[in-house]
Amino acid sequence: MLKTFPTGGVHPPENKLTAGIPIEYLPVPEKVVIPMSQHIGAPANPLVAKGDNVKIGQLIAEGKGFVSANIHSPVSGKVSKIDTAADSSGLKQPAVFIDVEGDEWVEGIDRGKELVRDIKLSSEEIVKKCFESGIVGMGGATFPSHIKLNIPSGKKCDVLIINGVECEPYLTSDHRLMLEKGEEILVGVSILMKALKVEKAMIGIENNKPDAISHLTTLAASFAGISVHPLKVKYPQGAEKQLVKALVKREVPSGRLPIDVGTVVHNAGTAFAVYEAVQKNKPLIERVVTVSGKSLQKPGNYMVRIGTPLSWLLEAAGGIPADTGKIINGGPMMGKAVSNTDAPVVKGMSGIILIPASEAFREVISPCIRCAKCVSVCPLHLEPYLLMTLTEKGMFERAEAEKITDCMECGSCSYTCPAGRPLLDYIRLGKSTVIRLARQKVLK
Amino acid sequence: MLKVSPSPHIHGKESTRKLMLNVVIALIPALIVSVFYYGIGAIIVTAVSVLSCLLFEFLIQKYILRKPISITDGSALVTGILLAFNLPSNIPVHIIVIGSFVAIVIAKMTFGGLGNNPFNPALVGRVFMLISFPVHMTTWPVPKGLGTGYLDAVTGATPLAILKGGLARGQSMSEIVGQLPTPAQMFLGNIGGSMGEVAAIALLIGFVWLLYKKVITWHIPVSVIGSIAIFTGILWLVNPEKNADPLFHILAGGVLLGAIYMATDYVTSPMVPKAMLLYGCGIGIITVVIRVYGAYPEGVSFAILIMNAFVPLMNAYIKPKRFGEEVKHG
Repeated sequence: MLKTFPTGGVHPPENKLTAGIPIEYLPVPEKVVIPMSQHIGAPANPLVAKGDNVKIGQLIAEGKGFVSANIHSPVSGKVSKIDTAADSSGLKQPAVFIDVEGDEWVEGIDRGKELVRDIKLSSEEIVKKCFESGIVGMGGATFPSHIKLNIPSGKKCDVLIINGVECEPYLTSDHRLMLEKGEEILVGVSILMKALKVEKAMIGIENNKPDAISHLTTLAASFAGISVHPLKVKYPQGAEKQLVKALVKREVPSGRLPIDVGTVVHNAGTAFAVYEAVQKNKPLIERVVTVSGKSLQKPGNYMVRIGTPLSWLLEAAGGIPADTGKIINGGPMMGKAVSNTDAPVVKGMSGIILIPASEAFREVISPCIRCAKCVSVCPLHLEPYLLMTLTEKGMFERAEAEKITDCMECGSCSYTCPAGRPLLDYIRLGKSTVIRLARQKVLK
Repeated sequence: MLKVSPSPHIHGKESTRKLMLNVVIALIPALIVSVFYYGIGAIIVTAVSVLSCLLFEFLIQKYILRKPISITDGSALVTGILLAFNLPSNIPVHIIVIGSFVAIVIAKMTFGGLGNNPFNPALVGRVFMLISFPVHMTTWPVPKGLGTGYLDAVTGATPLAILKGGLARGQSMSEIVGQLPTPAQMFLGNIGGSMGEVAAIALLIGFVWLLYKKVITWHIPVSVIGSIAIFTGILWLVNPEKNADPLFHILAGGVLLGAIYMATDYVTSPMVPKAMLLYGCGIGIITVVIRVYGAYPEGVSFAILIMNAFVPLMNAYIKPKRFGEEVKHG
């Protein structure tokens, strides 16, 4: 029996069309747009002004505040303006615009391909390096990684969990990275272990990536304390709480973090970024983005510089097919619909999925038949049908008592509902209202 | 033009209609068996019940609710088949139409249609017919194969009625047992009874289909059948001369039809597995109480309707253990 989380979850068609396509390095575009908000928390403060020349890897914005992250220039060239730019959802964000000139790198960045295994930095230096290099969670949550490496006093971590699950359909960026940069990832894991002062790390990978499992298992033999664990394919196993449950059978309590049950979870892609930052002195300036879709001419996994316009990326993948109905930033279960293809690639963008118009529609809504399928698929054991009704009726106190704020918005309920009911839409509304009301109460 | 909407962006393609059609498919083996034993009557009863259920739902939606017609969602089709399965195969057409009227118009549409009815429509219809037409509803044709007549069928008693009558006359089980069908006959459906309830094997094949297609979970059927087995098992062990054995109780009457197809009706059963088990046990216990201590030889329909009434209460108070509710570590 393969490990997995015991109750809830769904298994959407995997559609991993790009699993066999090696990572391709995409050429640098002529202009890039670097949003100041590529992480959870306050936007970074720009350190450059219009007309400044910047080099690749140069710090251009500083993370201020507790949950913020630094941003580095992914290109060399001249800052053309500092203004707002629409992100992929169409929301305006402060951003630095750079016109690309030449290919000048900041000194001290090791651009060689050879593996560096010896970890020279101390625990504290590693955490500092992660902060300086602007490392954030690469799975999409973009939580600044250095914070997760600082264990709050009074808490203990005994196992580091590495998320190589990639449970969203279509996405293969972590899969390819694990295949092509396996050793680098394992060194990255060792670095994270050193920072956290733990002896044990577990890498969880879903069983639809047998090549990655066997590759990393072989490599891990020469790394102390790292083990690879195949997991049964089930969405949303890549969610922190579900992955912790699947691997070490501990339940993170409601409103708490994995550290409260002695674990820290980092993404496999983050481990690679940490390797590059610590061993190669290379800040986070590029990432792997899966560009996929059934009608796409050249789907693939592309290593792209942050700030590259989506249109540039889509052009490289053969252009937007005529039948495209929807473009998604991220996977089809939790990703956000893209309304602006001029928006730049950001640190948390793991994939761009193009859905044909024939599949880009909502189901017709019919009455709830109380089949209880939403209850049985909810990985947090909530009752989505009830939360939707309570929100519809404006019964927010009851919704709060029914733990509406525990919902992580995985979408399994809406995906499953045979009556096509927009359960998650209502739960989101209810959840945000409950949070707003709670804040108002505190302010009074 | 790009479409923009919140996630999730894909759907599992399950639909109410598909679920209902899977229930219909699961009922086909039992329908075949009833035609095999009861002949033309089984076909007439099923056809009249289904058509009148669909017609009543259509008329209400079109002329009273003035809502979009949704009779193709399959729910009225399932109600029609289940109502027919709860009837003797020699029942006159006009009584079936009255039963369908009660099932669809009174038990379902007055509450707002699919998803809103507190009681199982087919069972409300059936119980109404049982009370209003007691003779027609308890006159069972003897299975004579395909040649069995419709209104002129030879009639006989159901195993449960034989049991009840025998015990009422003061006979002991060893005297009654000779009049009862063998477990093998009951398993294959070669007994008197409602047209869809008789063949255990056909109903179980349907059960496997429903589980395989994930239309229902095991909780309700297993708890109904399990609680009946335990309760009647205790009675039987205490006094085997006055009580029938558990296997007889499970195979006789409407236990399997009720447990697998009626108690599991989505709308009228609980939402949480724990509550499903409690609900199923309640049905089992009430069934046995009616059968052993009540006036009626059979009690599955009443038991399910009684437990239907508790479902809103169960949904309000029986909650799943939320993820992370019990801290197991740290």
